Amino acid sequence: MSLPMNRNITPNELMSGDDDDAPLYVPHKKVYPQRVSGSFRRIKWGLMAFCLGVYYLLPFVRWNRGLGAPDQAVLIDFPNRRFYFFFIELWPQEVYYFTGLLILAAITLFLMNALGGRIWCGYLCPQTVWTDLFYAVERWIEGDRRERIKADSGPMTAMRTARRVLKHFLWLMIAWWTGGAWVLYFSDAPTLVRDLATLQAPAIAYIWIGILTASTYLLAGYAREQVCVYMCPWPRIQAALTDEWALNVTYKYDRGEPRCSVKKAFDLRSLGEKVGDCIDCNQCVAVCPTGIDIRDGAQLGCIQCGLCIDACDTVMKKIGRPTRLIGYDNDINVQRRIAGKKEIFKPIRARTLVYASLIVIVCTVMLYALVTRSLLDVNVLHDRNPVAVKLSDGSIRNGYTLRFLNKRGFDRVIAIDIDGPANAQVHVVGADSVIPDRPMIVLSRDTTTELRVLVTASLDGKAEKTQPIKFRVTDIGLGEAASAVDHFVMP
Amino acid sequence: MSEHHDIDHVSGRATTGHEWDGIKELNTPLPRWWILTFYATILWAIGYWVVYPAWPLVTNYTTGLFHYSTRASVADELASLEALRGEKMKVLGNASLADIEKDPALLALARARGRTVFADNCAPCHGTGAAGAKGYPNLNDDDWLWGGSLDQIMQTIQFGARSGHSKASQMLAFGRDGVLKKDEIVTVANYVRSLSGLATAPGQDAAAGKKIFAENCASCHGEEGKGNREFGAPNLTDQIWLYGSDEATLIETITNGRAGVMPAWSGRLDPVTIKALTVYVHSLGGGK
Repeated sequence: MSLPMNRNITPNELMSGDDDDAPLYVPHKKVYPQRVSGSFRRIKWGLMAFCLGVYYLLPFVRWNRGLGAPDQAVLIDFPNRRFYFFFIELWPQEVYYFTGLLILAAITLFLMNALGGRIWCGYLCPQTVWTDLFYAVERWIEGDRRERIKADSGPMTAMRTARRVLKHFLWLMIAWWTGGAWVLYFSDAPTLVRDLATLQAPAIAYIWIGILTASTYLLAGYAREQVCVYMCPWPRIQAALTDEWALNVTYKYDRGEPRCSVKKAFDLRSLGEKVGDCIDCNQCVAVCPTGIDIRDGAQLGCIQCGLCIDACDTVMKKIGRPTRLIGYDNDINVQRRIAGKKEIFKPIRARTLVYASLIVIVCTVMLYALVTRSLLDVNVLHDRNPVAVKLSDGSIRNGYTLRFLNKRGFDRVIAIDIDGPANAQVHVVGADSVIPDRPMIVLSRDTTTELRVLVTASLDGKAEKTQPIKFRVTDIGLGEAASAVDHFVMP
Repeated sequence: MSEHHDIDHVSGRATTGHEWDGIKELNTPLPRWWILTFYATILWAIGYWVVYPAWPLVTNYTTGLFHYSTRASVADELASLEALRGEKMKVLGNASLADIEKDPALLALARARGRTVFADNCAPCHGTGAAGAKGYPNLNDDDWLWGGSLDQIMQTIQFGARSGHSKASQMLAFGRDGVLKKDEIVTVANYVRSLSGLATAPGQDAAAGKKIFAENCASCHGEEGKGNREFGAPNLTDQIWLYGSDEATLIETITNGRAGVMPAWSGRLDPVTIKALTVYVHSLGGGK
C-alpha cells in the first residue's frame, strides 16, 4: 500500500478547500460482506459457536475443591491471590506458568502460520469471531449485501430507522453480555450474576462491563477490518515469519487468467484456445469481510477466512468448471503448474518440525513443573538485629522467621527438625512442644503461616563463628517434606 | 493562510505565499487533531482552576469548588486507617495475653502492631532490634530485671522502672556516700566476679569479699547473688551484664550505684497497644 504522501495535488482539490496534508490513513470504505455458504462457512460457524460457547459458559462450570474453597472451575481470585483452573490452583509466585502458556501460544501461532497461513486471523481471533457475529446480526436485520448498499445510499425511511435501531440494540446486548461474561471469571459467577441483577455488585464490576461493552461494540460493530489492517501487529509479524511453503488462501491465477465471460469462454474453448476459469463475477470480493480482492495476490488485508473459496466454488459449480479456483495453495505450486509439473506440498519441513518440537518441549517442561511442584514449602529469614543473643547460662540463641506455605486444601500438622549445631534446641514462639525439641504446628489450608523460631545452642569458645543450619519441615500425616538453609551465628 | 493558493511546483504542495529571495515557504499547518487537543487542554486548565486550588491570594488561595487539599486527604486516610485498625484491635483487647500468643493470627497481628510501636517508642533506648546497649537491657535474652512473664512485661511497660509510678528501688552509691572504703569495694567487686566464674585479681580475699557482700549487697541481690526481681536487682551469677563485668566497671558501679530508669507508658499508649507491645517483646526471646 503506497501512502499518498507526495502525490501531486490537483488544483481542483485545492479549490475544494482540501489543502490539508495528505492523510496517513486511507479513507474508510464501508464493507458489505455478502451471505455465503460452503464448507469454510460451516467451519467458521462451528468454531464461532465453540469459541463463544466456551467464553460465555465457562464461568458457570463448577469444580468441587472441598469445603471453604471456591467451586468455580476457572476463577481468577485477585483478592485472595489465587488462580484456579479445574484441578490446578496457582499461587502468585507460580505466575511463571503463564509465561509458559504465552510462549506456547506464540509457538502454536507460528506453527499454524507455517502450515496454513493466518488460521488464527481467519477463524479464531476474537476480533474475527465477534465481527463475524455482528455481521450475521446485521445481515439478519438489514438484509444481504445489495439491500444494505441500497439502504445506505437511499433515504432514511421509518422502516430503515427501525431496523437500524434494532440492529444496534442487538449489538449492544451481545457486547454487554460479552463484558458481563468477562467479569464472571473474577468472582463466583452465580453470586455475581445475582448481585449484578440486584444492583449490589461492586462498582468495579459495572465499570469493567461498561469498558468491555464499549470495546466490543466499537471494535466488532465499527472498527471491524480496520483493526486487522491498522491496529493489529500480527499481520506484520506474520509476513516476516511466513515462507514459500506455507499454504495460504490463494487465487490460482494459472487457472483463472485470462478472465472472460462465461459465454466468451465457451466460444473460445470450442475454438481450442486457452482461457481462464475466472469469469470476473466479483463474488470473492462481495463476500470478503475485509473488502479486498483476493485476485490481487497475498496482501495485508486478507485474513484468510476462506469465505472467497466458498463463494468461488459456488460459482464454479454453476458454470460447470472445477472448484477451488481459489483455495489453500502457494506460489510454488502455481509456478509448478504453469511449468507443467506436479503439485507438491511440504507440511513436514524444518520450520514446522522446529515449531512442533518446541511445543512438545515447552509442554513437557510445564507439565513436569506442574507435577513436581511442592505443595509444602518453607522459607527462612535470620534475625538481622540482633544477629545472636547470649543467654544467662552463656548459651547462644539465634532468632529466625520461618514462613510456611501450605498449598493443600486442608489443614495439616507439620514437625520442625533442625540439622545444625550440636545439642541445639528449637522453640517456636506461641507453640508448646509436645515432643521436646520437635515442635509441631498446624498449618491452615491454602495459606502462608509466619512463625518466629528460636534456636539455642551451648557452644564453647572454639566453635565456628557461623555454622550452617537446616530447617526440615515434615508433614507428619502425608510425609511431604521441605527444607530451608540458613546460618547459626555466634556473637 | 489558506487563501494563498500558490502551488510549489517541485513538491506539488501549497505555499503560504511568503517569499524570500525567490524561496517560498510551504504551507504546513499544524494538524487539526493537534490544534483540537491544544484547545482541549486550555479548556481543561480553566476547569481545573475552577474546581481545584489554583491561584495564590495575598493571605490565602483559591480553594476551588472541590475544596481539595492534600492535608485533608491525608487526615481522611488516617481516620479510615484508624477505623480499620480499631476493629482488628478490638479483638486483641478482648483476648488474654496468653490466648493472643497461642492463636497464630492474633500473634501475627499483635507482633505487627507491637513492632511498629516498639520502633516508635522503645527503640531509642533498647535499639531497633531490642538488642539493648550498656545500661539498656537486651530484650531478646532470658535475663529479666523485672520479670519476663507476659504479665510482668506488661506491668513494666505500663508503669516503667523507677519512673515514680512503680516500686521505688535504689542501689546505693557505696563509694561516693562513704559506706565502703576503696579497698573494700575492690574486694567485693572481685567477689562478685567470682560468682559467675570470672577470674579474680591475685591477692583478693574471697572470704572478706563474701562478708562485705552479705552485709551490704545481699539484701537486694540475695545471699547467693541471684538477684531479686521485686527490686529490679540483677542476677550477679549469670553471664549477662547490663553495664559490664570487668573489674573497673564493677568498681564504678559499686562506687556510684546504678538505677536505670524507664518511663511509664500507660498514659501515653492505649491499653490495647500496650498489650500488643507486650506480646511482641515477649515473642522476641520467649521471655522467662
